[in-house]
Amino acid sequence: MSKIEIRNVYKIFGDSPSKVLPMVQNGASKEEVLEKTGHTVGLDNVSLSIEEGETFVCMGLSGSGKSTLIRHINRLIDPTSGEVLVEGTNVMDLDQKSLIEFRRHKMSMVFQRFGLFPHKTVIENVGYGLEVQGKTIEERNKIAMEKIEAVGLNGFEHQYPNQLSGGMQQRVGLARALATNTNVMLMDEAFSALDPLIRSDMQKQLIDLQSELKKTIVFITHDLDESLRLGDHIGILNGGRLVQVGTPVEIIMNPADDYVKAFVKDVNRAKVLKAKVIMSSANEANGIDKSNLIKVNEDQFIEEFLPQVVCTNANCEVVDKEGNTKGYITNKELQKSLSKS
Amino acid sequence: MGKYKKYIFYSLYLIAFVAMVIAAYTSSKYRPESLSILFTDLSWLGNWPKWLDLPLMPFLNEGFDKLIVKYGMFFEGINNFLLGLYTQMKNFMVGLPWPLLMISVIALCYFASGRNMGTTIMVAFCVFFLGFLSPRYWDKCIMTTCIVVIGMLLCLIIGIPVGIMMARNKKIRNALLPILDLMQTIPSFCYLIPGILLFGLGAVPAIFAIFVYAVPPLIRLTDLGIRLVDKEVVEAAEAFGANKKQKLLGVQLPLALPNIMQGINQCTMMALAMVVIASMIGTRGIGDEVLLGLQQLNVGMATEAGIAIVLLAIIFDRITQSYGEKIQERTYHKKKIKL
Repeated sequence: MSKIEIRNVYKIFGDSPSKVLPMVQNGASKEEVLEKTGHTVGLDNVSLSIEEGETFVCMGLSGSGKSTLIRHINRLIDPTSGEVLVEGTNVMDLDQKSLIEFRRHKMSMVFQRFGLFPHKTVIENVGYGLEVQGKTIEERNKIAMEKIEAVGLNGFEHQYPNQLSGGMQQRVGLARALATNTNVMLMDEAFSALDPLIRSDMQKQLIDLQSELKKTIVFITHDLDESLRLGDHIGILNGGRLVQVGTPVEIIMNPADDYVKAFVKDVNRAKVLKAKVIMSSANEANGIDKSNLIKVNEDQFIEEFLPQVVCTNANCEVVDKEGNTKGYITNKELQKSLSKS
Repeated sequence: MGKYKKYIFYSLYLIAFVAMVIAAYTSSKYRPESLSILFTDLSWLGNWPKWLDLPLMPFLNEGFDKLIVKYGMFFEGINNFLLGLYTQMKNFMVGLPWPLLMISVIALCYFASGRNMGTTIMVAFCVFFLGFLSPRYWDKCIMTTCIVVIGMLLCLIIGIPVGIMMARNKKIRNALLPILDLMQTIPSFCYLIPGILLFGLGAVPAIFAIFVYAVPPLIRLTDLGIRLVDKEVVEAAEAFGANKKQKLLGVQLPLALPNIMQGINQCTMMALAMVVIASMIGTRGIGDEVLLGLQQLNVGMATEAGIAIVLLAIIFDRITQSYGEKIQERTYHKKKIKL
């Protein structure tokens, strides 16, 4: 069973969404509905499942409904119709009290503009999730300090959020989400408000944290590079409809429609594709010139070993962490994978 | 269903209107002998006909009389309580030696303003000048202060919870807004005089009038303050599983505090304005000096008392304002730039 399952969710904003629902179900487009009824379609028959321990990136332009979608998972927004199941429980069936318990122990969230409490210090912010759970101050501060250290903010714990830079503030947001030790983390455009350098820094930190913690992360972004870097699976939304779901490689190699094609057109493939994706496996690779080989880790991106290949004109041997040979990449394969379709 | 709802609403208006017209027609002593005259003699279309007169006045009078007879004990109780509070407070403050009282006001200001010397010196100057203008003013200012403080407390106890309810519930807000408008626009004598009937002469009708006049801005600013709290911050609190109480006390109220303090400040100023007007219904205090001066055509005396009121207002304003600023600084730490 998937960790999170979203089944046929529709969300319509307006005065009487249930009246407009049949029209949307019959396939009217977002623009038609807006023109005829004045209602805005947020989500249009979205179904997807997110597996335990993966990072699912939901991508789309602004207005595509991605922030609406993520708020359905912890029910900050109620769907007009459809089901949201988390670990098999339908969140729509929860009453007020169990919803609060559910939010306290099952999920945490990171916000685009950080959503930090300006009147609390960093350590109080990080401990907030535990505070609402009713934990004692000693317990709170102990866990909060651990998480502050985990995101590298030691020494800032008694500062207030607006004394910190944007990147540091989002680290506080991240630490706050980690502090409650929930299995699911929702990240709503968490890094979109940061400048590029800090953003890539934060992405790396998230990847490092994730490799240790193995949480289920739902990540929202409008940046394709970010989604390719972070996502195990990517879902692309357009006008409230889910256009394509797949791994980064599937999205790049087989875009489902023009919208996705336009998205992936300018992607730097060398930056996105990993060695293990383009290699041919060891037992299939016959007749490769093995005299001149470069050893490449299976998780390395093409750009990392490309210069070496260009200089030496050698083929690559792909190895895993232990050094076992997994496969080979020939120059031809490399060329093929880098050229735009 | 939504469409019908709208029409039901309209027809309710219509029914109410027709009922009122019928009530006006049947209760008026000027009504024509029969309805048919209205169709033959059209002169009633010229001037507003005398029979088209809603009998609100006798209705209100009756209601008011009934209120006094039926709930007299209730108002008596409130009266005794507030009067007792006022007398105790006044006697205590009048009994204090004046230098001691002065020093305590200055100390209050010093700590409320977060040890701001400028504000404290200004307030000290104003306090001294109250007695310095005329020795009579000292005790009268104490009376006025007591009334304002009690009125304010009443406003806080009722105004802030009402403001919170308004911010939480759109229906309550829609129901209360016209009442607040009414309270703010109705001429003050319309409730000052009935106040006398309900509570008798003296300090209590003034407190009642202060409440009616000064509570709307506090309610409005509390409501606004809570609704203006950053949506994402409130969402964050919800996402981490804060219940309603935790959300309100831990996030919304602290972040709305600057606005609420502004409301309290507005409330104080309006209370002071009202207590001066209330001197016309016999409330003792600095206001009756103004009244006395005007009645004797003694412009100097009236102006002198007027200056005393301004000084008192400055004291109140500076103390509440600087306290609000201190809280604001504590809530939104100004970014310290370190180079």
